[in-house]
Amino acid sequence: MRKTVAAALLVAAPLLAACTENTRADGEDTGDTRAVSVTSTDDGCELSAVEAPAGTLTFDVKNDGSQVTEFYLLGEDGLRIVGEVENIGPQLSRELVVNAPAGSYVTACKPGMKGDGIRADFTVSESDDAPSASADDQGVVDQALANYQAYVQDQSDQLVAKTEEFVQLYKDGDDDAARALYPEARVHWERIETVAESFGDLDPMMDAREADLEEGQEWTGWHRIEKDLWPPATGYQALTPAERAEYADDLMANTETLDGRVQELTYTVDQIANGSRGLLEEVATGKVTGEEEIWSHTDLWDFQANVDGARVAYEGVQPIVEAKDPELAATLTERFAALQALLDEQKTDTGFVFYDDLSQDEIQALSNAVNALSEPLSRLTAAVLS
Amino acid sequence: MGGTAAAAGLAAGAFVAGRATASEGDAPARRTDAFSFRGEHQAGITTPAQDRLHFAAFDVTTGSRAQLIALLQAWTEAADRMTRGLPAGEGGPTEGASNLPPDDTGEAIGLPASGLTITFGFGPSLFRDEQGRDRFGIADRQPAALRTLPHFPADMLDPERSYGDLCVQACADDPQVAVHAIRNLARIGFGTVAVRWSQLGFGRTSTTSTSQSTPRNLFGFKDGTANVKAEEPAAVEKHVWVGAEDDAKAAWLAGGSYLVTRRINMHIETWDRQPLGDQEGFVGRTKASGAPLSGGQEHSEPDFEMPGSEGPVIPVDAHVRVVHPDFHQGARMLRRGYNFVDGSNPLGGLDAGLFFIAFVRDPDTHFIPIQNAMAKSDALMEYLKVTGSALFAAPPGAAAGEYVGQALFEA
Repeated sequence: MRKTVAAALLVAAPLLAACTENTRADGEDTGDTRAVSVTSTDDGCELSAVEAPAGTLTFDVKNDGSQVTEFYLLGEDGLRIVGEVENIGPQLSRELVVNAPAGSYVTACKPGMKGDGIRADFTVSESDDAPSASADDQGVVDQALANYQAYVQDQSDQLVAKTEEFVQLYKDGDDDAARALYPEARVHWERIETVAESFGDLDPMMDAREADLEEGQEWTGWHRIEKDLWPPATGYQALTPAERAEYADDLMANTETLDGRVQELTYTVDQIANGSRGLLEEVATGKVTGEEEIWSHTDLWDFQANVDGARVAYEGVQPIVEAKDPELAATLTERFAALQALLDEQKTDTGFVFYDDLSQDEIQALSNAVNALSEPLSRLTAAVLS
Repeated sequence: MGGTAAAAGLAAGAFVAGRATASEGDAPARRTDAFSFRGEHQAGITTPAQDRLHFAAFDVTTGSRAQLIALLQAWTEAADRMTRGLPAGEGGPTEGASNLPPDDTGEAIGLPASGLTITFGFGPSLFRDEQGRDRFGIADRQPAALRTLPHFPADMLDPERSYGDLCVQACADDPQVAVHAIRNLARIGFGTVAVRWSQLGFGRTSTTSTSQSTPRNLFGFKDGTANVKAEEPAAVEKHVWVGAEDDAKAAWLAGGSYLVTRRINMHIETWDRQPLGDQEGFVGRTKASGAPLSGGQEHSEPDFEMPGSEGPVIPVDAHVRVVHPDFHQGARMLRRGYNFVDGSNPLGGLDAGLFFIAFVRDPDTHFIPIQNAMAKSDALMEYLKVTGSALFAAPPGAAAGEYVGQALFEA
């Protein structure tokens, strides 16, 4: 999947957030005053109408230009994004379906995806079908966004604190204590992994595994230290105290940079839902296979932390999903619980069973539960936006 | 593998394809055929054997009978669609919302139905768990013959290639279509079932219709010469379909069949070093035409009494003799196996062989005795190693509005 877009735009009013579709089931529908054709060219943006009645509007955007284009429906201020459809290649069409109450709007085609775009005014008139953005719904959304933002900030704070403690133990040569703290500190990284990974410069410096490296790329971060704490039996040159200090300080500095950036982030509901799905994908590709922690075998700590983060994100938007698709909500709740029950079986006094002590049957059962949860989770974002 | 007697009858079976009579090498003409998923019997049994296979066995991961039934309903719907050449779901691979994963995976876009058939089966472990407990309230309906197959001499079974609660056989003339079917059914099943094992097959080793020429297995011999064929309705009734009176506890299986799978690895490199005369002696047929060593043409009846210079001209341990119905109370199978090559083993030998599939009315009379005889005295066994094994009950076909196996769960 694409990483969660953390460099968030303005927080769009989420109940008005758009969903895009490729085609309408009803095909051509020229008599529908809520259907507007948009033709985007390299220097033009033509709409078949500049006014529509309130309700569910469908903008059928055709790119007749030579560059990739975008189409936006903006609020009267020309800033607030009511709905957008991106990445429309030359000669392709995409739809923007958006629920819009009466008011003044601005439309914009953005050929070349740069600048302010080619703008025009657009009016939505009063109508009996006007959407009812009830205060309760908006309250639920606002709450979800605020909670998730607070959760990410809190995890980031804890990551800073535990990393500080961890790198000190490591520099001091207190390896037993460092090994004990390693998986516990990483829990806070893994809970917000999709957010952290969205910073493409920091992620490789902090979380690259040896197998991820390009020829000649310097290896730094958590897994570099992991290998030094759990060294291979032969052919490994232990790091000197000076080298230890260098890697430890580097990790700490990057963690603080991350924390600083996280404080600035805001989210949209679809980003939260996408983040939930993304964390489960991290589990499926790295943790359930034992590839994340090949030296320490503490994969189940990471596994649990990814699931924690996914569940928190899901629970944030759960009231929205329950209103829009109760069956999906019930399935997700049940399957999160089923996966957690399997993880609970592997808990020990000090954390979890090490990955290399799991039987093939146990790994298979965990993998089945991840698949069972991931399939309905792939429909979460669309349900939230519906 | 050689096999049972030919008694070619006429009369078309339940398959839909309009086909001319027997001709050699006519596979491409069938590529756009579509076989109806629904009917008295499941398709994919007497249907003229397609060229490609993807077979999957599943373990049920839920304890909920309602979820299991919901899956069978969803599978029936998707199978009905895909066998008509339609996408697995109503949204299709590219027409759905752009913020949802498509309900069809898309690799079959533009491909015709390609003769796709999808055939479902229920394993013994669906009825009772290892402790004998009733899993889904159907234990009292478990057919007496639906048990884990006994250990046969020379079985080297890999549990990860054996058994299963449910199975799906997808056959088509285009491998991409067969894989697409299993992939989409597995996806629908996440949360209710998990794939236990699956097997690709790339060349049919049997004929199930007189309209087909006899293909060759990886030993280079014609295979399935004497198979039960769709054009022999009396033989199909007698040897393939479970009768209404066969098993008082399992009336739901009437019109269905038992499905045996065996993953038979061939020691290819060793076999290739055997002299031609020895190879023909092991099989009991000539390599060129497939005629029995007692003479005639491919479809001539073997004469097991005909003397040769040292004993009968068809050796006593020849495959064709050991498994012949004459020595098994007339029992015949409808075989539907496929050649497979799963790359090479660590020593550089082909990981290859025959994925044996047979449909029989009763494994206790139509498979187990024959397999025991083969394992004990067949000259071919020297070159074979069985690495996977499973037995399923394939329910009868689903009528319009029904789901596959409905009679097991209702009425």
